[in-house]
Amino acid sequence: MSEVNLRTVRKAKINAGIRYFILIVVGLFMAYPLIWMFGSAFKNNFDIFNSVAIFPPAGRGTMDNYPEAWNISRNHNMLFYYMNTLRFLIPRVIFQVISCTLTAYAIARFQFPGKKIVFGLVMLTLLMPDVAFRIPVFFIFRDMNLLDTFASLYVQEMLAVNSFFVFMIIQFMRTIPRDLDEAAAIDGCGPLRILTYILVPVLRPIVITTALLTFMWGSNDFLGPLIYLNSPNNQVLAQALRGLMGDVDTLTNYGAIFAAATIAIVPVLAVFFTCSRYFVQSVTASGGKE
Amino acid sequence: MDNKRNKPSETPAAKAAGVRKRRGKWRLKFPLAPFVFLIPWFIGFAIFRAYPILRSFYLSLSHFNLLDAQPRFVGFDNYVRMFTNDILFTASAAATLRFVFLGTPMVLIVAFFIAYILNFKLKGVNLFRTAYYIPSILGGNVAVAILWRQMFRNNGLVNAALGIFGIDPIMWLRSESFAPFVLVLLSAWQFGSTMLIFLAGLQNVSPSLYEAASMDGAKKRQMLFRITIPVISPVLFFNTINVMLRHFQEFNSAFLITEGGPFNATLFMNVYIYQRSFAGLDFGYGSALTWVLLLGIGALTLVLWLTSKFWVHYSD
Repeated sequence: MSEVNLRTVRKAKINAGIRYFILIVVGLFMAYPLIWMFGSAFKNNFDIFNSVAIFPPAGRGTMDNYPEAWNISRNHNMLFYYMNTLRFLIPRVIFQVISCTLTAYAIARFQFPGKKIVFGLVMLTLLMPDVAFRIPVFFIFRDMNLLDTFASLYVQEMLAVNSFFVFMIIQFMRTIPRDLDEAAAIDGCGPLRILTYILVPVLRPIVITTALLTFMWGSNDFLGPLIYLNSPNNQVLAQALRGLMGDVDTLTNYGAIFAAATIAIVPVLAVFFTCSRYFVQSVTASGGKE
Repeated sequence: MDNKRNKPSETPAAKAAGVRKRRGKWRLKFPLAPFVFLIPWFIGFAIFRAYPILRSFYLSLSHFNLLDAQPRFVGFDNYVRMFTNDILFTASAAATLRFVFLGTPMVLIVAFFIAYILNFKLKGVNLFRTAYYIPSILGGNVAVAILWRQMFRNNGLVNAALGIFGIDPIMWLRSESFAPFVLVLLSAWQFGSTMLIFLAGLQNVSPSLYEAASMDGAKKRQMLFRITIPVISPVLFFNTINVMLRHFQEFNSAFLITEGGPFNATLFMNVYIYQRSFAGLDFGYGSALTWVLLLGIGALTLVLWLTSKFWVHYSD
């Protein structure tokens, strides 16, 4: 009997070992490209290619790539493009949170005629791919004189167009008992104060997730700026980076390209790690989209 | 204000009745509030969702360049041209379908496999979970496209790594057969969010099911196919649709890394639509292409939904 037990224990240990091995090998494949990129930002062209090493050979490393990367285009530096990115990203995040929370609040907490239709339309737009709207929205922005303005990258977020977040907040709000808001209503709170004082504190994880996902997707957004922004002074970081794609054959300083890519990615990662606690939880709970 | 609260003398039954009464009152108290809160959504829905669909359909039936003052109605001419006289459309549709049918299963399999392993109660699961998630938050970032392009150049990291094992360099980005595969690999690299959703599904599978099965002498593999997969089939369905939609609409990687090439092997529909409309300024034709893509997405989603009866099991 004990021999059988011993065997199962040994078997369990071997299984756990195999699983760790797989996790680490996969993790290595996942992480290597990024680590290689960080390391290559300190290399000369000669050491970047035809080699799998992360760091430059001893004595051949260089710190010159970062200053070069910082002056990313002829007229502007990275800071300029960062500020431009934030000029649409910050309003986008704020408006997204406010408009989606308000919409979700109306649907999740009130009874009104036509509620089923409104909810049905939210679900319908949830299923519609973004590509469907791209060309007509371009013309709508043209008619509204919004082309080549940063507003074109957040007007839609002001109007709760992103059903994914509306739906996510509705789902979360439904789990909050109504007793609290009803008690507040008895005490004379208006609907807006109930939302801000009673519900929003409870909704915090989902609000943070909405803000964070909007931030991440916004900083990855390339097609939006590409279509809507065209004057050199209105370019965002994604567009500036595109100028560094680098032809596969021409001779440029690739170390500087990797340095620029690193500068672009690190803040996004920093924001993610700061909030990843809420993030992983809510995405897991709601069955996230991206 | 406080005197309106429950009096201590109230019995629980009276309290419950009070709550019921209050709920009714609350609704009556703010009859207009929901409509006020829905104003932004309503404007947004009308201007940025309903109207664009109509406008897009009308555009697809017109000839319309930016230089034209008004779109000119031409019926189904754009669609006829597309299917009879546009080899780029044929190439683009083929490239898109290849990417969807290669990429979707790839992402699903990797994501499920890793989620399955993470679901065993191992130490450090949280660390791995976060680490695997990082590539998918970087997503379509241009910086990742830059990285990928340099990794797969002829003298890049990947060929250097293969060289260690004595494998000759592969012309990844210049070969019609390998270039799409490079983009599939990038997509698979971003399996993190799909994996998280699988993991959440797996954690909801009741342990009693496994206990009962192991009492009956079921093996691990039998449990996987007879218990785990059927129980999480709704999650699998959800993920399949999402991942498929994402692959149908892929833009950044094909536009930036391979530029639609070589020989249009990665000219995904979304890239081709961009080329015809925003670069080529033929918005009528671009809209028609968009509608064909939408119909393709709709058709495959419908097929998945219809077959879901046979393989998706809902517990309630």
